[in-house]
Amino acid sequence: MAIEDDVLVIGGGLAGATAALAAADRGAQVRLVSAKQSTLRHASGLIDVLGYAPAGDGPLADPFAALEDLPAGHPYERVGGEAVREALSFFDEIAGDAYEGGHTDANALVPTHGGTVKPTARYPASTADGLASDDRDALLVGFETLPDFDAPLAASHLKAAGAPFEARGVTVRFPGIVRDDAKITRYAHLLDQPETVRTDRGETTAREALAAVVEPHLEGEPRVGFPAVLGDDHADAVRADLGDRLGVDVFEVPMGPPSLPGMRLEDLLYDALAERGVRVTTGVPVVDYETAADGPDGNAPPPIDHVIVDRNGTEIPHRADQYVLATGGLVGKGVESERGRVFEPIFDCHVPHAADRYDWFVDDVFGDQPYAQFGLPVDRDLRPLDADDGLEFPNLRGAGAVLGGYDFAAEKSGAGVSLATGYVAGQRAAEERQ
Amino acid sequence: MARDTAVLVLGGGSTGCGIARDLAMRGLDVTLVERGNLTDGTTGRMHGLLHSGGRYAVSDQASATECIEENEILREIAGHCVEETGGLFVQRPEDSDDYFREKLEGCRECGIPARVLSGSEAREVEPYLADDVKRAIEVPDGAVDPFRLCVANAIDAETHGARVETHAEVIDLLRDGDDIYGVEVRHDSGPGKRTHATPGTTEEITADYVVNATGAWAGQIGAMADLEIEVRPSKGVMTIMNVRQVDTVINRCRPKGDADIVVPHETTAILGTTDEEVSDPDDYPEAGWEVDQMIDTLSELVPILSEARTIRSFWGVRPLYEPPGTGTQDPTDITRDFFLLDHADRDGVSGMSSIVGGKFTTYRAMAEEISDHVCEQLGVNASCATAEEPLPGSENIERLEAGMDDFGLRSPVARRSKQRLGSRACDVLETDEPNPVICQCEGVTRAEIQDAVSQSGSDLNAVRIRTRASMGNCQGGFCCGNMASELHPTHDEETVREALDELFQERWKGERHALWGEQLSQAMLNYALHAATMNRDRDPASAGEDVDFAAFDGGRPEGDRVDGPRGAR
Repeated sequence: MAIEDDVLVIGGGLAGATAALAAADRGAQVRLVSAKQSTLRHASGLIDVLGYAPAGDGPLADPFAALEDLPAGHPYERVGGEAVREALSFFDEIAGDAYEGGHTDANALVPTHGGTVKPTARYPASTADGLASDDRDALLVGFETLPDFDAPLAASHLKAAGAPFEARGVTVRFPGIVRDDAKITRYAHLLDQPETVRTDRGETTAREALAAVVEPHLEGEPRVGFPAVLGDDHADAVRADLGDRLGVDVFEVPMGPPSLPGMRLEDLLYDALAERGVRVTTGVPVVDYETAADGPDGNAPPPIDHVIVDRNGTEIPHRADQYVLATGGLVGKGVESERGRVFEPIFDCHVPHAADRYDWFVDDVFGDQPYAQFGLPVDRDLRPLDADDGLEFPNLRGAGAVLGGYDFAAEKSGAGVSLATGYVAGQRAAEERQ
Repeated sequence: MARDTAVLVLGGGSTGCGIARDLAMRGLDVTLVERGNLTDGTTGRMHGLLHSGGRYAVSDQASATECIEENEILREIAGHCVEETGGLFVQRPEDSDDYFREKLEGCRECGIPARVLSGSEAREVEPYLADDVKRAIEVPDGAVDPFRLCVANAIDAETHGARVETHAEVIDLLRDGDDIYGVEVRHDSGPGKRTHATPGTTEEITADYVVNATGAWAGQIGAMADLEIEVRPSKGVMTIMNVRQVDTVINRCRPKGDADIVVPHETTAILGTTDEEVSDPDDYPEAGWEVDQMIDTLSELVPILSEARTIRSFWGVRPLYEPPGTGTQDPTDITRDFFLLDHADRDGVSGMSSIVGGKFTTYRAMAEEISDHVCEQLGVNASCATAEEPLPGSENIERLEAGMDDFGLRSPVARRSKQRLGSRACDVLETDEPNPVICQCEGVTRAEIQDAVSQSGSDLNAVRIRTRASMGNCQGGFCCGNMASELHPTHDEETVREALDELFQERWKGERHALWGEQLSQAMLNYALHAATMNRDRDPASAGEDVDFAAFDGGRPEGDRVDGPRGAR
C-alpha cells in the first residue's frame, strides 16, 4: 500500500513550507518530504521581495510598483503582482510578531554584515531597530573571536553608503567564550540559557556580563547592534534584557551561514506546519517516479502517479493527487549539472541552458550571470514546461529557486519568489485535487 | 655618477627572487622590481612538481642530473616548502616496454634513485590507480609550494638589505648610447607596499647592472631598448581537484604528451598539462576542451578523476627559448635548459643580461650561475652560499617537528599552520590576542593573515599566496570578506573594499573553468552570499549614486522605541 495524500510537497525550504501551508489552509491533506537540511540556515532570514529591477535599477523603495515591468517568464510575472501581495499577507499571518515591515509597502534598508545596506520587504523583529533607513545613531558591537562581523569597518562602510545617521563600531571580547573558534550557536546558547560566566567581577550571567562589557563604549546612542548571535530559542528575551540593562534598543545585524535568523525562520515554519497537520519527513530523498498509464486524452502527457521515496534504503511509494516541486536551485540541488548539461534530477524536467558550459557565465563575477537564472520554465499555473512549451506533467508545479528566469541574488528577490510561488503552487494544488 | 643600486633585477618570479637573494647574500646592493605580485608570472602558475629528474631521464640527461642535484638541495634549504611525496612513472598496457626500460636506465645513469613496482605494488601505494596499470618506476619526485618558496627567497633578500618592489611595472629601459643603466617603473600606488585606492607614481631606478629575469616577458623588456630576445612562450593548462586523489606524484610513462601528470599539492591535486606556443604571454585563449582533456586523459591513470570535483583551472606560460636558427617546430621539443644572454657580447649593448628558458626546480642553480656572471661584470669577488643557507621558515626544522605547543589551536589547524610557516611558526602564531580561524578550508588563523598583511600592504592576493587562505573548496566565498576585514583599521574602508573586490574577482577567474556539478553549486552559493546576503554587487558605497534613505521604511511609526540623537539629514 502506498502512502496517499492530496498534495505531496517535495522540498522543505521556504517555498516548500509555504506551499504545504497554503495547501493545508485550503483543506488539503498535505505531506512534505525533504532530502536534507534546507538552505534556510545559509540565508539571512530577511524576506526580500524585489530590491532591484532585473536591469539593475535600484534600490527600489517600492517593490510592488516594479513587479508590473518584469520580463515574461519571471516567476513574479507568472503569478502576477496580486498573488505576491497575498503571499506576503499569508506570511505575515504565519510569522506574527516574529517579523515586521508589513505596515508599509516600502522596502526597508537593512545593514548587512559586510557593511553595506540591502533593500528588503520584511525583516525579523530582531532587526527592526537596526534599519539603516531609520535615522537614529547606532553603536555596532563586534566580537574579537567572530571574524564574520567587523563592527568598526561596518560602521565606516555604512557612512560610505550614505546612511543617514552616525554609526560607530567597537570590538569587544565576548564573555564566556573561551575558544577562539567557538561556533555561532555557542554564543547564542550562552545568552539563551542565562548561563553563568566567570569575569573579573565574579560569576554573572552572560547577558549581564555582555552588557557590562558594552556599557562603557556607549556615547548616547539610542540603539546598539550586534552580529546575529543574540539567542536561539529565547532571542526576544535576550534582546529585551540587554536593552533594559543598557537603556537602548538592541538589534541584530543579519549574518551569513550558519545564520541564526535563518534557523529561527525555519523553526517558525516547521511549527506552523505541525500546527496545520502537515506530515513532515526530512532526510528522505525522492529517487524516482512513475506516471499513470495514460493521460486524460490522447495528446496530453500522463500525470505523475506516485513517487518513490528512499527511507534509509527502503523504497517507499508516495502517491498524491497533486505534487509541488520545491527542491531549490543550484545550491539546494534541485537543479544539478554535469560538464555538458544542466538538469532537474527527480523528474528530468526541462532546464534551458546553453550547450557550451563556457556560455553559462560571464567574466565579471557580478555581471549578468546566466547560471544564476538556471531553473524550470513554467506556465502561469506554475506547471513546468518542456522544450516545446508543452506541460511536463499536468499535476506537478514548481516553486522557489527550482524555477528559472530570474536572478534572485542580483534582484534581492529570493525569499519573495519562494513565498509567492510556494503560495500559488500550494493553493492551486489544493484547488485541483480530485 | 652614483647609481641607485648595484644590481637591478627585473621580475619577481623564482629566478628573479633567487638572484636577488643570492646577490644580496654576497653583499651586493640589490633592487628587485615586479610588475604584479611575486610569482604572478610563470612561477605561481606551475603544477608544483619538484622534479626528481625522472621526467628528463631519457630526453635530456643533463637537465635530469641537474634536477636531482637541486631536488636534494631544496629538501635541505627549503624543507617547509617541500613535501616529499615520491613519484611514480606509471605504465599502462598500451604504453611501450622499450620506453619503460629506457626510463629506468636513464634514471640510473643520472643518479636518480629508481625502483620498479609491479601493478599491484603500485596500487598498494596509490589505491586509485587504474586496475590495468602494468607497472611503475618509483622516483623521488616531490611537491613544492612555489609561492612559499619564492616569497621566502624575497624575504631573505630583504633581510640581507635588498629592496623588493612589487606592483612596479617597468615602462622603459634607460639606455645611454650602448649602455643600459636602469629602468623607469610605474608604481601602482607609489613605492613601498601597495595600498588600494591610492594613485600611482613613476620612478627612475638606476643601476650598475640590470638583470632581465622576466621569463616569458623578456622579449617585451628587450624591445624597450631595441634588443631582440626570441622567447617562445608556451602555455599549459592545470586543473585543480578539491581533494588529493593521490598522495604521490603520478606521471604517465611515455615519451611525451599532454595531460600526463597528477601532483598532490597541499589540500588539492593538480592535473597537468599542455604545451602550446602563444604569441602574447598576457593574452591567449583558455578553452574548456583543454580542461576536459586533463580530466579525460588522466582518468586513464586514475579513473575516479572523471567524476571528481575540480575547483578551478589556470594556465601558465613557459619562458621557452632557443638560440636563433634552431627552428624547432613543436614546443615540446624545445630544450628546458636556460640561457644567459649577455647583451654586451650578443648585441654590443652593455649593462644588462637576460635570462630565458629554465625550469622551477633548478631556479637556485640558475640564480647562482647568473649571480656569478653579475659579480664578474662588477668585479666583485664573493661566493655563493644559497645551497647551504636554509631559507626563512626552514631553519631548525627538526626542533619544530620535535614538538612545539599548538598555540591554543585545534590540532588540524595547528598542524597545517606549522607546515606552512615552518620555523617561523612560533614568531607568527604566539600571541596573547584571540586568534580565530579566518579561512576554514585551509585552516588559516588571524595571526598568520596578519603576518602576511604586514608583508603585503593591502594586497589580498599577496596574502593569499603566502597563506593559502581562499584557495580551498569555497574559493573564497566564505573567507574573502574576513581576510579583507583584517586590513582594517590599518587601511581605510574604501581601500579594504577595493582589495576585497579584487581578490573576489581573481578567485572567480579560475573558478569559471570548473563550473559544473558541485563547484557550480558552490559558485551559486558564493554569489548568493556576496550579492543576496551582503549586497556587494550593488553596494551604494561603490555605485556612486546617492540613495534616498528617507523614501524607505524607517521602522514602525507607532513603535515603542528609544529616541536619541538624530543624524544630520
